[in-house]
Amino acid sequence: MAETSPVPPAADARRSFLAKLMAVVGGGIASLTPVAAGVWMTLDPLRRKSSAAAFLPITDIASVPDDGVPRQFPVIADRTDAWTGFAAEPIGAVYLRREADSDTVEAFSATCPHAGCFIELDKRDRCFRCPCHNSSFTLDGGIVSPSPSPRTMDTLECEVHDGRVRVKWENFYSGIAEKVARP
Amino acid sequence: MSDASSPRRGLVTRLADFFDDRTGYRALVHEALYERVPGGARWRYVWGSTLVFAFMTQVITGLVLWSSYSASAQTAWESVYYIQHEMTGGWLVRGLHHVMAQAMVVLLALHLMQVVIDGAYRAPREVNFWLGLILMKLVLGMALTGYLLPWDQKGYWATRVATNLAGLVPLVGPSLQQLVVGGPDYGHHTLTRFFALHAGFLPGTLIAFLAIHLALFRKHGLCAKQPQTKPDSMFWPDQVLKDVVAMLAVLAVVMGVILLPAVRAMLEGRPVVPGELGAELGAPADPSQPYAAARPEWYFLFLFQFLKVFEGWGADGEFLGAIVVPGAVLGMMFLMPFLGRWKLGHRFNVLFTLAILVGAGLLTAMALREDYAAAWSDKEAFADVEQLIEETENDPEKIAAALGNDTARIAEFRERVHQLDAIRRSEAFFAAVEQAEVDAHRAIELAGRPERIPPGGALELIRTDPLSQGPLLFAQHCGSCHAHVDPAAPEAAEAVAVSSAANLYGFGSAAWARGLLDPNQVVSPAYFGNTAHAEGDMVSYVTDDMTDADTWTAEQIEAVAVALAADAAVFSDEPLDAAVVEQGRALMADEDRCGSCHHAGENETDLGAAPDLVGWGSREWLIGIISDPNHERFYPDTNDRMPSFGVAEEGGVAPLSSEQIALLANWLRGEWYRGE
Repeated sequence: MAETSPVPPAADARRSFLAKLMAVVGGGIASLTPVAAGVWMTLDPLRRKSSAAAFLPITDIASVPDDGVPRQFPVIADRTDAWTGFAAEPIGAVYLRREADSDTVEAFSATCPHAGCFIELDKRDRCFRCPCHNSSFTLDGGIVSPSPSPRTMDTLECEVHDGRVRVKWENFYSGIAEKVARP
Repeated sequence: MSDASSPRRGLVTRLADFFDDRTGYRALVHEALYERVPGGARWRYVWGSTLVFAFMTQVITGLVLWSSYSASAQTAWESVYYIQHEMTGGWLVRGLHHVMAQAMVVLLALHLMQVVIDGAYRAPREVNFWLGLILMKLVLGMALTGYLLPWDQKGYWATRVATNLAGLVPLVGPSLQQLVVGGPDYGHHTLTRFFALHAGFLPGTLIAFLAIHLALFRKHGLCAKQPQTKPDSMFWPDQVLKDVVAMLAVLAVVMGVILLPAVRAMLEGRPVVPGELGAELGAPADPSQPYAAARPEWYFLFLFQFLKVFEGWGADGEFLGAIVVPGAVLGMMFLMPFLGRWKLGHRFNVLFTLAILVGAGLLTAMALREDYAAAWSDKEAFADVEQLIEETENDPEKIAAALGNDTARIAEFRERVHQLDAIRRSEAFFAAVEQAEVDAHRAIELAGRPERIPPGGALELIRTDPLSQGPLLFAQHCGSCHAHVDPAAPEAAEAVAVSSAANLYGFGSAAWARGLLDPNQVVSPAYFGNTAHAEGDMVSYVTDDMTDADTWTAEQIEAVAVALAADAAVFSDEPLDAAVVEQGRALMADEDRCGSCHHAGENETDLGAAPDLVGWGSREWLIGIISDPNHERFYPDTNDRMPSFGVAEEGGVAPLSSEQIALLANWLRGEWYRGE
């Protein structure tokens, strides 16, 4: 190959600069437009709000044993997943707990505050256990040390009206010391 | 080269010349193949080529899988089920893709090790080393995103953990997590996004970086191992031959992993089921069902275990374990080319890389050791610890008192509790894995029904399956009083003894009815022993009247048991003699016998004194008693403690829906889909 690279004559420098500028700007607009549109659409999930944070009926108070041992209840609610709507589907689980002769019910999220696994109840040892990274919690949700969990089990707002137990269903960010609800 | 002017050129040569004139491909091929290999071809240079081979395998099998995969919450598991269990060769393509992905991670580690040991990251190859690290991240990213795509319980729960950890990234974490998950909850868009990453963005980026990686590799030439003891040779065919042998070895290992279970089955004389070869498919993802066997793929186990290292560190520990330390290690690796300029720095790099690999290996071993502890621990040695915990209900003060408040003994006890805990966790893991296998098998069995999977997806199949839902509903609503355990099982005696209502295993069968009419059994905890009915008319009738051989012969009692089973008509292998059934029905209706209390057959006995024997144990009868045991057909006055599961209090909801009650009734009766 014996070609020499074409160097523009000095007289053309100004015209050449304009051409370069226009090429860069035009090319930039042409290529960045689909990128910008794509980024815009990709960010869509950020404006989606969880259907959570509503009071949902869980059970009757009579179904919550009054011996201080929590019991797991499914959380049933309508749910949408993008374009699909589900009517009355199990969307998660809560543990409800009641002390002897008490009318107040405590509610715990079954989601581990460490990394989000599903906490199980160990009735024999009277404690909660997470099967993933060995976090254990006492029956009232406290941490059993040493634990990888940064905080106690997440309590959920719970109200009892006319014997019906309703729980404010929320999800919380995992892995941080504070209990912060997801939007 | 053939002479272009020769009139005797063959057609192929002329065609090749035509294209070479217009593309210059011969020079390209020549350049690609006739690369000088300083010091001759060596086995240690094969790792990069095996990685390219592994990646090409992933591209080919991935494209084929793509053509049959459907990314949505109602179709992902279903389409993977179809690929794995129904499509010709689906198990092989998916198996190759799955196992080759694991091989690729191993090959990456080997390639990295070889590059670091040979100092191939030093000038002028720094940029190519960094490209290699980026390629490694991309491969691991594809492994992570691919794990979710079957949308089974394993992938779903592992991904929840992984994306929750992504949320820990400072400042942008929560937004990053929501972007990756495709919204606040896991669903369609988690799958579509992971799929776009897995099959589009990540491999596309990888191909671009790989092209630069290979171009730079050729630009700088091979970083030859010193001292060079042999003369230089050419890439083609010397090194290519070694590369091909290595590729075949990788392929042989991958095929071996896929086919080993088939060979084992053949040796044991079992039939080979192709769908069970290659990659496994768990039960469909279900956010409402816990999955205690949740573990990442083995090559990420070290990261999983690493999170446990920071026990007791609180939120800082998780941030350190998931973000800071892995980030620092990777940052360190990016700095290796600079450190490697000094001889000592190079030694440090080699040691550092070895330490990372050995550390990861140790963490993996620790994770496995924890999960499988029960397999090699002697739990019997901890019987006294278990007993003390049980006696004291795990109350620290009572335990201290039992140990005489001796601090040394308490400390020793604590240590042993810790060991026992580890064994129990491992046992729970074993149980969870076993349950996961049962669930997976059932889901696949249901999906293979002639009716196929409904539009709502496989989860709908499982949620309407008595065999899957019965045990869950029973444990939640019935199991606090009733037992449900095969009397022949080793754990039966204990389970029945602690129950406070009848053992409902086999309820409605002739065997169950025989026990009810047996004076020894009816007073046992398996029937009415632990209920208020222990003092009731039925128990006294069975223990007094029915033991009188003048009123009830053994043959008559057997006839009643058989007639009860005939009315219940539960799933059973036991053939019932029609004549005996007729005899039993007559005895039941007889107003001097069962009919004195029970409404049965066409007798005139009023309902209310004892449960209705018309259709006893039938589906309709069971639904009735679960819904409302206080109904006049059952125990209007003598109901012990059983709640009315189908009755809503004013303004409330019933504890169980009619669908759930029907599921329970069907499960108790053994009515569910049975595969072949």
